[in-house]
Amino acid sequence: MNDPIWLMLVKGVLVFVVLVLLVLFTIWYERRVVAIMQVRPGPNRNGPFGLLQSLADGLKLAFKEDVMPRTADKVVFIAAPVIAVACAFCAFAVIPFGPEVNVFGIETELQLTDFEVSVLLILACSAVGVYGIVLAGWSSGSTYSLLGALRAAAQVISYEIALGLAVLTVFFQSQLMSTGAIVEAQAQGLPLRFGGFEITLPGWYFIILAPSFVIFVISMVGETNRAPFDLPEAESELVAGFATEYSSLKYASFFLAEYVNMVTMSALCVTLFLGGWAAPFPSSWWPGANEGFMPLVWFFGKVLAFLFFYVWLRGTLPRLRYDQFMRLGWKVLVPISLVWLMVLAAMNIGLDTDNELATRIAFAGGAAIVVMALIFFWPNRKPYEPPAEPDTGMGGFPVPPMDLAVPPNPRALKELEPATNAAPANGSSPTEKGEEE
Amino acid sequence: MIDLAQTVAQNASFGESVFFWILAPIALGGAMGLVLARSAIHAALWLAITMMCLAVFYIMQAAPFLGFVQIMVYTGAIMMLFLFVLMLFGRDSKDSMFETLRGQRLFAICLGIGLAALLSSGLARAVSGMTVAADPRWATGAQSNVEAIAEALFSTYLFPFEVVSGVLTVAAVGALMFAHVAKKGGHRGQKEHSRERFAPGVYPGPKPGPGVFATSDSTATPALRPDGSVEPASLSPYVPPRQLTAAESAPKHTEGRDA
Repeated sequence: MNDPIWLMLVKGVLVFVVLVLLVLFTIWYERRVVAIMQVRPGPNRNGPFGLLQSLADGLKLAFKEDVMPRTADKVVFIAAPVIAVACAFCAFAVIPFGPEVNVFGIETELQLTDFEVSVLLILACSAVGVYGIVLAGWSSGSTYSLLGALRAAAQVISYEIALGLAVLTVFFQSQLMSTGAIVEAQAQGLPLRFGGFEITLPGWYFIILAPSFVIFVISMVGETNRAPFDLPEAESELVAGFATEYSSLKYASFFLAEYVNMVTMSALCVTLFLGGWAAPFPSSWWPGANEGFMPLVWFFGKVLAFLFFYVWLRGTLPRLRYDQFMRLGWKVLVPISLVWLMVLAAMNIGLDTDNELATRIAFAGGAAIVVMALIFFWPNRKPYEPPAEPDTGMGGFPVPPMDLAVPPNPRALKELEPATNAAPANGSSPTEKGEEE
Repeated sequence: MIDLAQTVAQNASFGESVFFWILAPIALGGAMGLVLARSAIHAALWLAITMMCLAVFYIMQAAPFLGFVQIMVYTGAIMMLFLFVLMLFGRDSKDSMFETLRGQRLFAICLGIGLAALLSSGLARAVSGMTVAADPRWATGAQSNVEAIAEALFSTYLFPFEVVSGVLTVAAVGALMFAHVAKKGGHRGQKEHSRERFAPGVYPGPKPGPGVFATSDSTATPALRPDGSVEPASLSPYVPPRQLTAAESAPKHTEGRDA
């Protein structure tokens, strides 16, 4: 990365602009897609297909009154949205959009910056970004906000572990920690030799590291506080969670940070598991597909597909209860990640042709035995025991008998009486009638 | 030690020294803020600032892995847990400046200065013989910072590393055991709840809210049943029932409207 300074500045501004535009687009996209899923039109008034809706909403938000709660801790209250937004934007700096291109005679990569451990920058940014949410909740001086902040802190710390373990397998497989290098490492297929014949798996890690991919996708939703894991801002439980007391631009910045985080996490997942900017087909089909500015199409196509996945989740799944959510994180995702990491290490030793045959068989066989043992001896739920007492309903639940005779509704009878007497009071409500009687 | 500092300062590049002089005061200010802040949350935030500055120092000194791990682990996880606990104390819990022991503050200052002197003299003794390496590559022959750290952690210091991780795990599990309170009685499932709710003599629907069918929506007004009688479930044991006088229940005058 030896770009001239003007090019760095241009890239930085471009990353910012791309993110803001993607956020505006994503809000509209989410509303439209959810609307289609719920068989209603969605925003379609401002601009073509309602595309300018989020711009209008953003302007409206910016001009609203900025309310500072009397009990707020003023400095922290103002700093919290700044932290959230700054961390969200910062993380996108290391995402590679494409390969080396020629810009005004200078060979440069379509990436703001890259260094040895750039994936860790994204994880660090998301770790610090939680401060924004937690401090927002605390400094608001309101119970709902504090509850939202506590949930956010617990949630992000728990899911960061599963997320980190999933990313760890990618480090493990590629022996790299730089985003650009990981994308390039996925370009090569993985040759596997079974006795006589040899097959080459595609190099994208979502195939080789399929369990990690699944865990990453689940914990990525938890990390970005999106439905069905949007417990910190669960509107049916906590009003708006940590953002309850915020208004105007400060509220808008939390909104912005959430959507930027969504885009960043999608882009990170694409980079780590889905080949980054590489075209989704072998290069023999279209030799020029991975050169020049063409990879931008593949990259943003994949990111948009992931954003669709986020929206799909939101439109489909109900919110988890908090204890179910924590159980999923700590009792399912983290143990599976740890076991999978061990199995992967053993398999790598087992498949390495440099090792002795006995070592290879021991490690590969050991990994297979561990996986088999876990599958067979996994503690199951308690088997269903038929109830000892006589059961009248469906599995012991009190339900009405099948031959239930429904008594007539007394209110319906009351309605009928004046009609038969041809009383003049036609539209009077039952309560008024009760008073009259 | 001063010699060493001077050679380091001379060898530093322009960018490095600029960043050093920006970040060093911030780091020191964070440390001072930690000590001087009245509210526990503010103190924790000052400490987080200092940790971030230290992380940037590590990155500047060609140890990016260490720097980012410092941000992720210390600032991201450990400080967040601190905050988590501190937030539960309540917003208004501030340090009291009242001296419970006579002369406590004076003693604390003296001991603090003494500790600082001890630490700095120890540090000076430790680094006084050192010289700045001509080649800042990693001494063990590793290719990068990550490899050098991995080699140190997983070969040279493997045993202490494992011991520390074991101790931390034991501490975490121990804390969990202390904090865990076993539930009295067995866990009641959905079926048990459902049975209790529909048992004979229990009203299965939600309880009426205050003000249902009543003349006012105040919490002090009991709910009325459709037949006009008072619903006992809506009477709070903490709110004494009171009959309004005729003057109280009469419509109030609006200011300035009627003479």
